[in-house]
Amino acid sequence: MVDYDKILSIEPYSLKKKEKEIFLTKILKDLTIYHCQNSMEYRKIMDSLGFAVEEIESYYDIPALPVRLFKEYDLKSIKQEEIQKTMTSSGTTGQAVSKIYVDKLTSGNQTKVLTKIISSYIGKKRLPMVILDTSALLRNRAAFTARGAGILGFSMFGREKFYALNEEMQLDIEGMKQFLKKYEGEEILLFGFTFMIWKYFCAELREKAYRPDLSRGILIHGGGWKKLASQNITSEMFQQELKDVCGIKKVFDYYGMVEQTGTIYMECEQGNYHTSVFSDVIIRRTEDFSVAGIGEEGMIEVVSVLPKSYPGHVLLTEDKGVILGEDDCPCGRCGKYFRINGRIKNAEIRGCSDTYADEYR
Amino acid sequence: MLRSGGAVIHMQTSIDKIHFLYRGKYGFEEMKELPALPIFDEDVCCFLSEYSKLILKDKEAKLYPDIITFAFFCRKSNLEKLKKEYRQGARFGKGFTFHIAPSNVPINFAYTLAAGLLAGNTCVIRVSSKNFQQTEILCRILQQMYERFENPVKNYIGIITFERKKEVMDYMSGLCDVRVIWGGDETISRIRESKLQARSTDITFGDRYSICMIRAEEILKIREMEKLAQEFYNDTFLNDQNACSSPKSILWVGNDSDIEKAQSKFWDAIHEYTENKYHLEPMTVIDKYLTGLCCAIDMEGVRIKKHKNNLIWRIEIPEPNKKMQDYICMGGCFLEYKSENLDILEKVVTKKYQTVSYYGFEKEELQEWIREKRFSGIDRIVPIGKTLEFSLIWDGYDLIRELSRMYVII
Repeated sequence: MVDYDKILSIEPYSLKKKEKEIFLTKILKDLTIYHCQNSMEYRKIMDSLGFAVEEIESYYDIPALPVRLFKEYDLKSIKQEEIQKTMTSSGTTGQAVSKIYVDKLTSGNQTKVLTKIISSYIGKKRLPMVILDTSALLRNRAAFTARGAGILGFSMFGREKFYALNEEMQLDIEGMKQFLKKYEGEEILLFGFTFMIWKYFCAELREKAYRPDLSRGILIHGGGWKKLASQNITSEMFQQELKDVCGIKKVFDYYGMVEQTGTIYMECEQGNYHTSVFSDVIIRRTEDFSVAGIGEEGMIEVVSVLPKSYPGHVLLTEDKGVILGEDDCPCGRCGKYFRINGRIKNAEIRGCSDTYADEYR
Repeated sequence: MLRSGGAVIHMQTSIDKIHFLYRGKYGFEEMKELPALPIFDEDVCCFLSEYSKLILKDKEAKLYPDIITFAFFCRKSNLEKLKKEYRQGARFGKGFTFHIAPSNVPINFAYTLAAGLLAGNTCVIRVSSKNFQQTEILCRILQQMYERFENPVKNYIGIITFERKKEVMDYMSGLCDVRVIWGGDETISRIRESKLQARSTDITFGDRYSICMIRAEEILKIREMEKLAQEFYNDTFLNDQNACSSPKSILWVGNDSDIEKAQSKFWDAIHEYTENKYHLEPMTVIDKYLTGLCCAIDMEGVRIKKHKNNLIWRIEIPEPNKKMQDYICMGGCFLEYKSENLDILEKVVTKKYQTVSYYGFEKEELQEWIREKRFSGIDRIVPIGKTLEFSLIWDGYDLIRELSRMYVII
């Protein structure tokens, strides 16, 4: 069975292509067999695809489950009583959300992997930390939204934590001043979700003309660009604005999803997202799901060694992206590095459908 | 009609929100007073056949096969043929009809207009606020009709758009004698929030499900598959497989070995015909995949087969059932099941079933079969290739009769 202690002892960006493929294939094959034995739904899926799990030669062969499947079904490979927490994607009101069931083992491994990835960027020392969000998200410890899970996961890196927003999502300027005074001259870690930072932090600082000195800050943010892209705000504009309002120069974005919590894809100093040894990104072609070449845009498939309590180790996302290269990013990290080109748009379908109802809302 | 100050103002603001793509010389209130016409009235038939001629002469219109098909529908000879199906003399239009055309099938508005006029009514059609070329062209030609002909029917027509405002829907609904709603269940329930007058009625076209049935041994006899492939393509991919009448599942009739051979011959031909014509969207692929997996989880023994690549997804259902109709996906996704004969349909057909398209069966044999089975659904049985062909009998409604009233003199 999967020996996580051994797996997680590896340095996150240390394996080259060939070794990594052998490493991942072994683990992901074991996971596939495990999920077939422990999730009736997963086994039915593999059977319907005529997929023989014993014959897996490479993790590239394992069918990826569309992420939306986790909105339709409660997929898990553990017993009800083993569920330690349930994480949900942050869908807008009324939308179905993904439900991810996590037990103690998987939850612990998520934390371990996240720690390894992040500390390779910011070092092992815990830092004073400003969370650019509200602590209200963490009230229920058994059920988390993606945002809550992200905050909880990242808050381990903080020595002392300060939640910069109150329940009404208003910036606590006084609290912030005090916190920054206490840690004057020290490195400070900041964490938040891209859109929230833009809307509730940058905008507020601009309006209130409060300019905290965060020039020694390191900001890690994630959650996607969909909302900002719809307002035509680019990554460059985002970074420039942060520099202008509070002087932060070190800004790292990450790509990740609640379905594979822990194995996030951090942006390096070159602005590329990186796969660690614990996960991979495969770009698939629309026509036949074959593997796209370097530089070729396609659908993003994500694989992760972590999902054991639920069959989410190989997933087809609804994002588009491009592999930029493998093992040769100037930042020095091994593994694939890639770019996200946004969400796959909803198909423009002809025929008689309910569009009137849609526009009537 | 209430004439209190408040009501008039409310009405006025509602009308202000309506944009006319075509109108005669009267406003709605005056249109409502226009006398109803007999069904297949001479002026109406004359108007439509002149309209047909103008369309067929129009350079721009010629580019759209759906417009041309509509023009053929309106030709004098076709109208004469349709007229013969109805006993004349005792039927008039119900009066003022208000039609809500679906937002995604551009040409539909023209057919619902033609049906409304042939039944003897004043017709106001709400078209989608999306800009369809077809709508624009047909309204432009209507305008030419208005300028060139002194036919009273030109004042019986209004083509309008308005934005998602319930007050406008309330106003129009309160005005009409019949409201015709094309569109899905959700559209219908939303529009039904707007009240009709006591004696007014709705004709609604809700969500439906359609299938195709094929006799395997007849496929094996075909030498050249291209024609059938084209016809099946027209029923499915041409409209993203998203028209109500597009087949979502396929019943193969015959013995196992014939069926297997016929399936591979059939899908090869469809694949070949479709490959370079259909633009496959990534989200469509994900939707098809997801549909297959949902079937696999919810039913027993399901096999998912991609035919060559992601263009055609086949989902084999060993135990056909009534739930299959809930697994709807567009853009080349087919549930398939097989049987020695048609009796299997008793296990699957529900009220939701609309069109059955077929290959390899005789009309007479189907007639007898349907009479005997008395299914709760199935309104149309047509050869492959004809699922989208408009007919005055649609979804089990006889549009002429539904849109007209009868009188008696004793």
